[in-house]
Amino acid sequence: MTEPTAHPVSRRRLLGGGVAAAGIVAGAGAFAAGRLTESDPAGAASRPASYAFRGDHQSGITTPAQDRLHFAAFDVLATADRDDLVELLKAWTAAAERMTRGEPAGEIGPVEGATNLPPDDTGEAIGLPASGLTITFGFGPSLFRDADGKDRFGLADRRPEALEELPHFPADVIDAGRSGGALCIQACADDPQVAVHAIRNLARIGFGTVSVRWSQLGFGRTSTTSTSQSTPRNLFGFKDGTANVKAEEADALDEHVWVDGSDDQAWLAGGSYLVARRINMRIETWDRQPLGDQEMFVGRSKGEGAPLSGGKEFTEPDFDMGGSNNEPIIPTDAHVRVVHPDANNGVRMLRRGYNFVDGSDPLGGLDAGLFFIAYVRDPRTQFIPMQLAMSRQDALMEYLKFTSSAIFAVPPGVRAGEYVGQSVFA
Amino acid sequence: MKRTLVATLLVALPVLAACGTESTKQSAGDGDAADARRVAVESSDDACGLSGTEAPAGTLTFNVANSGSEVTEFYLLAEDGLQIVAEVENVGPQSTKPLTTQVPAGNYVTACKPGMKGEGIRADFVVTESDAADVTADDQELIDQAQDNYAAYVEDQSAQLLVKTGEFVDLYKSGDDDAARTLYADARTHWERIETVAESFGDLDPKMDAREADLAPGEKWTGWHLIEKDLWPARAEGYQALTDKQRATYADDLLANTETLDGRIQELTYTIDEIANGSRGLLEEVASGKVTGEEEYWSRTDLYDFQANVDGAKVGFEGVKPILEQKDPDLAEQLQARFDELEVLLDAQRAGGGFTLYDEIEQDEIKALSDAVNALSEPLSRLTAAVLA
Repeated sequence: MTEPTAHPVSRRRLLGGGVAAAGIVAGAGAFAAGRLTESDPAGAASRPASYAFRGDHQSGITTPAQDRLHFAAFDVLATADRDDLVELLKAWTAAAERMTRGEPAGEIGPVEGATNLPPDDTGEAIGLPASGLTITFGFGPSLFRDADGKDRFGLADRRPEALEELPHFPADVIDAGRSGGALCIQACADDPQVAVHAIRNLARIGFGTVSVRWSQLGFGRTSTTSTSQSTPRNLFGFKDGTANVKAEEADALDEHVWVDGSDDQAWLAGGSYLVARRINMRIETWDRQPLGDQEMFVGRSKGEGAPLSGGKEFTEPDFDMGGSNNEPIIPTDAHVRVVHPDANNGVRMLRRGYNFVDGSDPLGGLDAGLFFIAYVRDPRTQFIPMQLAMSRQDALMEYLKFTSSAIFAVPPGVRAGEYVGQSVFA
Repeated sequence: MKRTLVATLLVALPVLAACGTESTKQSAGDGDAADARRVAVESSDDACGLSGTEAPAGTLTFNVANSGSEVTEFYLLAEDGLQIVAEVENVGPQSTKPLTTQVPAGNYVTACKPGMKGEGIRADFVVTESDAADVTADDQELIDQAQDNYAAYVEDQSAQLLVKTGEFVDLYKSGDDDAARTLYADARTHWERIETVAESFGDLDPKMDAREADLAPGEKWTGWHLIEKDLWPARAEGYQALTDKQRATYADDLLANTETLDGRIQELTYTIDEIANGSRGLLEEVASGKVTGEEEYWSRTDLYDFQANVDGAKVGFEGVKPILEQKDPDLAEQLQARFDELEVLLDAQRAGGGFTLYDEIEQDEIKALSDAVNALSEPLSRLTAAVLA
């Protein structure tokens, strides 16, 4: 981000406000430096300061998972048409590319423009570096055909068959107000203020064409998308994402994550599907479970993260190993067994979840859990059967409550001269 | 739907054995003696190595490390080599589990059992007299009594559930909806008092107690809550009342499942840790479904279930209380006080022979109930370990 340049003398400055403003800018920089050293000290320093926005695939999928998330879903206003949508995607592309480089959302900047106009960047990221920001866009089912079956944007014949609203799963308690959406934006960064800044500015650019339907903040990545990262812990205190598909596994990405041109719709080749599920955890009840029970629900040890069949964190679980009472040592309803590829026709997912705490509920319990994001090549064969198995069999379900659900098709990467999602409008 | 008891059955330990993190008691001021009471055990495929063959009486911790390739178990046996004093099961290869247990002075036999087969690799172990050896006398009588009482309680509640369910389905089938509504929460009280036992039958629980949201697409809904919705359809959008024929089908199905449940309950026995865990599990049910008003979505009779869960939890607690009073009198006293505090709050919600409907309870009262449940549940989560110590 560029330093503020000289301003024309304004009324505000003459009244003394300028001094205060300068103080805030300096303060923001110092604050930012403090936070950056705190967050993920092991990972952040060794990672690049910024990631390229353009490429074969959108960034923010295999990019080593940053520590912070702001995810937003949008509805398209009734007044907007296909041209408005294309214009918005072009504007979003330009703004996103600038912001991922650590530049302001607009061409002018937060404090460089005319004083009688609102700035084209909101300014809370002044002085902050790019912080590894990635911005990833997705298209929901209603973009192709709305709830009334109407083809509003002439995209109905471009809808991939796999892009259908997710079914109701057992024990779902879904809040429709924070589910679904015609478009989504996932902003990940090592600094929460940078992620929030990105969503805030993109939402602002979208006013008049789209409206924010719901959004979610996340902290503390709960999975690992690169072998360069250590496995983080979820709010149950267990390591999460040990068996995730990683950026270094090119074949597995082709098999499980990237949509192939031959799969369905050619425009989605190189893209993926994003499934988002807000999973509330019954924190207080969980915390009263004996350690041994917690480990049996998960199927791994809490300290090392090793499967109960022995070894270290990355030792493959031995589901056949016998335990006492003629029961396998990894119980039949242990989470690690229910969601393992062996129990799910060999399918895997690239998970990119985040912990969330949205304060406390009216009874004083934490409104907290896991904001689950998974990227898959086909939700019908990967996510849906796995979620169904989990809902029915997983011992962890006793301590989970699914409160939001959404699915999006994630277009392929943005190449030089293109805007995001261009292939679907071609 | 629920797995609380199933899970606890899997970790069921013999009486007097406790498997957990190292006891806080032993660090209480007895310095070197504490170290002498820690024994490292290495269990390989063909050896059972102990860091010592002798320890002072009191709380002993055997830290069992499995260096072999198969699952192992470790036993502390009485001098006769037959009676199990304490054991730790399911120690996976390359993993470690502690076994903490109170042992009086005497001669013992230790055994590692790699592969969990045969009589294991055995050795003699001596526990010497010690000042800290505050080991209680054999309390087998108290244990037997608690187990018998609890089994009798569950059987009695099941019998009452069966009778009232029969009356309930008759009223419902005959279209006497007002009377059926009056009996609904009353009959369910007997289910809720023994909920952790009743729902441990994974085939019956979904058929009897599933809520609509628990179902996957295409799954058939039956049981209490389907009938509840039909009797209290006010919150349902565009609800189509069941026909007389449908009513009879679901009513008969519920009664038949209740009969099956009652038959199976006659066969059950309960270990002391199952009773203690059941008490904890029932409070969990309160915290996750009743205090939040999620269980009885249509009838709003959540507080009846709340009271019934607490009743069942209290019976479990009172059953093991004589044992707890010997092992941890402070915890016994604290639990008794917190049960009493919760009862006072529940009593304040009594109305006309029953309870205030969930919608009519003030938010600050719900919060107070929730706080009391948390206050009780925290010490209650230490009950099983304390009873087994």
